[in-house]
Amino acid sequence: MEKENLKEQFTHIPGWGVDADWENDPVYPMRDIAADDKSADWKRPAQQTTSKEVQRSNERPEHPAVFGDTLPPTGLSGHLRRYAFHYSESKYRHWLPLLLADRINEVEGVIADVKSGFFPNIWKERGYQAYWKYDRRKLINKVATVAAVSIGVWMLIRRK
Amino acid sequence: MKAMNYRGPFRVRVEEKPMPKILHPEDAIVQVTRACICGSDLHLYHGMVPDTRIGSTFGHEFIGVVREVGTGVTKVKVGDKVLVPFNIACGRCNFCKQGLFANCHESNAMATAVGGIFGYSHIAGGFDGGQAEFVRVPYADVGPTIIPSDMDDEDALLLTDVLPTGYQAAEMGGIKVGDTVVVFGAGPVGIMAARCAWLFGATRVIVIDHLEYRLEFVRQYAACEAYNFRSMDDPVLFIKRITDWLGADVCIDAVGSDACGNAMQTITGKKLLLQAGAATALHWAINAVKKGGIVSVVGVYGPTDNLVPIGNVVNKGITIRANQTSVKRLLPKLMDHVRKGVLSPKDIITHRFALEDIAEAYQMFSAKLDECIKPVLIPSTNN
Repeated sequence: MEKENLKEQFTHIPGWGVDADWENDPVYPMRDIAADDKSADWKRPAQQTTSKEVQRSNERPEHPAVFGDTLPPTGLSGHLRRYAFHYSESKYRHWLPLLLADRINEVEGVIADVKSGFFPNIWKERGYQAYWKYDRRKLINKVATVAAVSIGVWMLIRRK
Repeated sequence: MKAMNYRGPFRVRVEEKPMPKILHPEDAIVQVTRACICGSDLHLYHGMVPDTRIGSTFGHEFIGVVREVGTGVTKVKVGDKVLVPFNIACGRCNFCKQGLFANCHESNAMATAVGGIFGYSHIAGGFDGGQAEFVRVPYADVGPTIIPSDMDDEDALLLTDVLPTGYQAAEMGGIKVGDTVVVFGAGPVGIMAARCAWLFGATRVIVIDHLEYRLEFVRQYAACEAYNFRSMDDPVLFIKRITDWLGADVCIDAVGSDACGNAMQTITGKKLLLQAGAATALHWAINAVKKGGIVSVVGVYGPTDNLVPIGNVVNKGITIRANQTSVKRLLPKLMDHVRKGVLSPKDIITHRFALEDIAEAYQMFSAKLDECIKPVLIPSTNN
């Protein structure tokens, strides 16, 4: 392909071909392979310390130098999270308890809110004002569907 | 300080939280002036990422002003205006030395697959994010980059993730001069990937999505072809037909786990959570690329499994390249492109919200209301 011809053809696109490497195939400078000394023995940064409980993947022998220590596990969801971290990242026994813990944690969050005297404003937290403003019909359909399904399930349960 | 507070799927609010503290000599505290909601934040918002704890503050795209530094920080100082790459990277581990800053081994205790990311669940390290007034920034000498005085703040903001991710998508595609590139997804990253594909010499760029307003936007912004998959029976067949029945040289998955377009993937991936999100776009990319072609994946998936046609990867001799973006590696080149006017990332911003209105911002972005493409949050202290 003629470089100049192509450049002319794409003058309407600012920067066309500026990062193309016409000599090299493919263009892929993803890794600086020369820098890979295959070593796990780099000069480590200073170690962060904490008094909080911080989970650690069992695929590494120690905490990294820096870590997040927000939101230590608590309650039932916390027990599940601790259980999950006994297993490696390749196990369902790691991920599925974490997903379940998230759903339980949501309920724990509502309970904690109510216990502290705060009643969550679900309408506001779900940003329904935006829906109401820009797509009222869809919101009404959504609410009606949820209500209909809930009533249906409730009636089924009552019949039993 | 005020900060976003996650309360469960589709529920967020702004609450008072304690001010972040210096916890390590290489930390800084940054006062946030602008933060984005990223498409990948929606995976958290939709409850699809495991170990997303109630009370988390999201946000990995932000800029701000350095307000405090640890004793080991030498390259930025109090008062510097900085853009903060979404990766938390030490700069000295085996992976950082290779330029794989997204895969730093010294920043995430809770998973080894990915390095630390601001505000992206505990599987990305359990760090609070930048959808707040202040944020703790570890390794402040490595990631944070001083914003040049001639650069618009909102261009700098989009250099923290969106533009580098779109660029790396194109780069990982190994695009050669004359290639046809198909980008699945016309969200912010897909738009940037389409725009950046031209920089590598693509001679045809095609975007596939289902939202007409985004398709129209990307046609204008990235000067590419754009098609609605709702208007075709089979997107893969469509792409074959318009590429001489061979397929595209490069396909880019810029959608990830929140894809739509395939009922089976949607039900098993998004409704029943039996797989790590819906892999519809990746499925299409593998099947639409030509034999010997390259599939580049920047769409975010959960850590468990996905249904993809791996047999076709083998049979077609496809190369798949994927990673979270190593923003720091790309910053010098991309800052240069922005300053020279080659790229103008801020043009994709469509909505600006006060931080206090974060619930509306998330819902608007999630439900694609008011033709939303990229929402930005502004803490009230920075109006």
